[in-house]
Amino acid sequence: MSSGLSRLKFVAIAVVAVVLSACTPPEPPRFNAANMTGIEYGKDFRMHDADGRERTIAEFRGKVVMIFFGFIQCPDICPTALLRAVEIRNLLGEDARHMQLLFVTVDPERDSPEVIKAYMEAFDPSFIGLRESPERTREIADSFHVLYNKVPTGDSYTMDHTATTFIFDPTGRLRLAAPHIMPAELIADDIRTLLRTTR
Amino acid sequence: MKKLLAVSLLTLCVAMPAVAQVKVDDPWVRATVPQQRATGAFMQLTAPVDARLVEVQSPAAAVVEIHEMTMDNDVMRMRAIESLDLPAGQTVELKPGGYHVMLIDLKAQAKEGDTIPVTLIVENKDGQRETIEIAAPVRPLNPAQMKHRHGHGH
Repeated sequence: MSSGLSRLKFVAIAVVAVVLSACTPPEPPRFNAANMTGIEYGKDFRMHDADGRERTIAEFRGKVVMIFFGFIQCPDICPTALLRAVEIRNLLGEDARHMQLLFVTVDPERDSPEVIKAYMEAFDPSFIGLRESPERTREIADSFHVLYNKVPTGDSYTMDHTATTFIFDPTGRLRLAAPHIMPAELIADDIRTLLRTTR
Repeated sequence: MKKLLAVSLLTLCVAMPAVAQVKVDDPWVRATVPQQRATGAFMQLTAPVDARLVEVQSPAAAVVEIHEMTMDNDVMRMRAIESLDLPAGQTVELKPGGYHVMLIDLKAQAKEGDTIPVTLIVENKDGQRETIEIAAPVRPLNPAQMKHRHGHGH
């Protein structure tokens, strides 16, 4: 086979490829976090905030909603996750108003509404802390496959818990799960993608 | 290499006193909100000879423990450990995402601007004990709100 012919063949294939790509619908968006599209965790989510108001995902239509489970007496992971959410807001700039963070306490026995409220405000006044009875908390965590349990330490206890952040798109569908180690930049990118591509 | 030399020189200097002194850098305590009963203390420790942090005390808390945080399948687990190894010349970091000193049953809210006294008890491999008194400044929950501070990232 002459080299001229194979070059021609290559050009022909390239032309066909370009034409085809122009016809095919746009590729589904790519994300840094785990794609949860179609997985119905946290269906019919409703919880009470520190003021006793019932909150749902549906009320945040038009916003990307991030949900994190934690507890206030936590020295390490929870403040780190909340600081990351603050950083994400800063990275989003103008788009920060299209992002809502919800914090669910897995330690309602110790985390009183007052403590939750003060803790959220210490990070960002827009953050909303949510609290339910221990039984309801377990049901809600189960609906996200979130694990938590009390671990005695000294005269007190600490909590082991899932540190994943769940992300809902502006139409209220669960779309992503971001692990604790994922940097703010990557999550901010994903939120921008959700804001841009969700119809 | 340079760093190694610096560390060995430093070790030499620190090792001069009769009892080797453990170096404590950048201690801090995370602020709490009212009614929050527990928080973490963080720092960097460098021992000139092989040693272990065996106990931590503080008048600010009824119970003080050394904790290790681990992640398993994105589930955070926190456990008290008996002691923390301080290998000679190696800086061991107590920082978010790893080890921390857990201050439990705080006697008062830890507010930015406060300084929390902390006593570290370190034992070297010959069983000699050394007590180190430190004063750990309280850093706010959200350091972005922190004014006039030299920035330390997390």
